[in-house]
Amino acid sequence: MAEETGQTPVPFRGGGFQPGARRWAPWAAFAAIIAGWQLASSTGLLPPLIMPSPYEVVLALGHLAASGDLTEHVGASLSRIAWGWSIGTLAGLGVGFAMGIWSLARSAGIPVVAALFPIPKIALLPLLILWLGIDEAPKIATIALGVFFPTVIGTYSAVDNVPRSLIRMAQSFNLPNPAIVWKVILPGAMPGILAAFRITSSIALILLVAAEMIGAEFGIGSFILAAGNLMQTDQLVAGVVLLSILGLTISFVLGRVEAWLLNWR
Amino acid sequence: MDLFVQGVSHHYGDLQALDAIDLQVKGGQILALIGPSGCGKSTLLGIMGGMLQPTEGDVVAAGVPPADSLNPFTYIFQDFALLPWRSVAGNVALALEHHRLDRAERTARIEAALVLTGLRDFAAALPRQLSGGMRQRVGIARAVAVRPAILFLDEPLSALDAQTRELLLEDLLAIWQREATTAVYVTHNLDEAVRVADRIAVLSRRPGRIKQVMPVEIPRSERGDARHAADLAALHAQLWDLIRGEAAVADRELADG
Ligand SMILES: Nc1ncnc2c1ncn2[C@@H]1O[C@H](COP(=O)(O)OP(=O)(O)OP(=O)(O)O)[C@@H](O)[C@H]1O
Ligand SMILES: [Mg+2]
Repeated sequence: MAEETGQTPVPFRGGGFQPGARRWAPWAAFAAIIAGWQLASSTGLLPPLIMPSPYEVVLALGHLAASGDLTEHVGASLSRIAWGWSIGTLAGLGVGFAMGIWSLARSAGIPVVAALFPIPKIALLPLLILWLGIDEAPKIATIALGVFFPTVIGTYSAVDNVPRSLIRMAQSFNLPNPAIVWKVILPGAMPGILAAFRITSSIALILLVAAEMIGAEFGIGSFILAAGNLMQTDQLVAGVVLLSILGLTISFVLGRVEAWLLNWR
Repeated sequence: MDLFVQGVSHHYGDLQALDAIDLQVKGGQILALIGPSGCGKSTLLGIMGGMLQPTEGDVVAAGVPPADSLNPFTYIFQDFALLPWRSVAGNVALALEHHRLDRAERTARIEAALVLTGLRDFAAALPRQLSGGMRQRVGIARAVAVRPAILFLDEPLSALDAQTRELLLEDLLAIWQREATTAVYVTHNLDEAVRVADRIAVLSRRPGRIKQVMPVEIPRSERGDARHAADLAALHAQLWDLIRGEAAVADRELADG
């Protein structure tokens, strides 16, 4: 019938280009990589001196945990990154808000931030050691400085992105200025601030390792450096795996915080 | 409360938006402001409610606001201006939280405003879950909750589709039927102006001047009656005559002209 009247179905041309989520895919990808790596090690393609097998890395981690060194190193690193990131973030939020709200703070702040932001903060560590001694303080200060500037920039751009119409609305209902900051600007800037947290947390991780490699008895960075000097590649890679786990944990926590604070989006 | 606009002119840099506006808002009446796009309606409304400092002239209020009025000059916005992270009730509460009210009165005000706007079942919903019409209802509820002395509405319905607009307009008229309201209603829709206003002020194209203020004599509640249809149509035509030439020229103006 259709052919007789010359009717043909309209061909479908849409669809595709919509990458979705496959729950099993991440695990499969990890499994494939680790299996490939183990295979390369077992067949001798990867000489143990250059790259240990995943099995050896797990063993090394097991030894570290059993000897109590793991807690010591990870504990030292965690406390540095927690202090450094928190101090840098709190200061950065304060300055960023000031620059987002007051013309004077903004006009004075932007050139200063522009001049200091590009300095790789690790270059300041020797100076900070001179000022603060060789203890924890200079390492924490380095991380805090590295976190501070991106937080400032992220915060004041986030404040800029709060729709002015909402602020005018709040003013039209006579909200006092502190209430406008607390109830309109802060929540409105939250998406941008949390995006900045993602960046600053990875900066903090980089600076942590760098600072620990320059001078520290304990910490994942110093552990990796020491293992390298002794050519203990299994220990070294175990340290790197620890860093990866630390980074993943931070990003997981941030993801949770985002889902909780930004549930209105 | 009455409001007097006295010799108000406004410049944005080199651009003159308003020129020597004299206008009166009478207590208990609704004044519609119409004019071609870009003629300065929003600017004038902002100046009237104290949200914008005019370059010249001033705005004076006469009389005292009612005792229960928390925010005498209250706006309803074209883009709703809802906080997306607050629920419907939370958005209404925003206007009350900084006032000294006991908890019972605050809840009562919120509840009454939500009931009035038909939002009671949506108190916990977030703005993103609501349709445009419902969002503007939240804007109306928020304004009602502070019992304004004068209500300023800047094209409150123009972000909505035609059917929603009609429904919401009927609701607004019903609210205003129940309680005498003083309001300034900016619109570019002549129909709306004719149905809502006690007086209609027509602005010329930029720089906005008052071209004419026309009273609408028929009581608001009777404007749907068939016997007034001809009168209202005539008024509509009269307004369109006033605006038509201006609108055509304004439409061809460059934005930065
Ligand atoms: N903040 C501003 N800075 C500079 N120019 C502005 C500003 N706000 C408005 N204008 C200009 O002033 C004129 C009047 O603007 P206004 O928004 O008051 O007009 P309107 O009658 O409300 O227009 P519409 O019908 O589009 O809502 C317009 O030409 C507009 O471009
Ligand atoms: Mg406007």
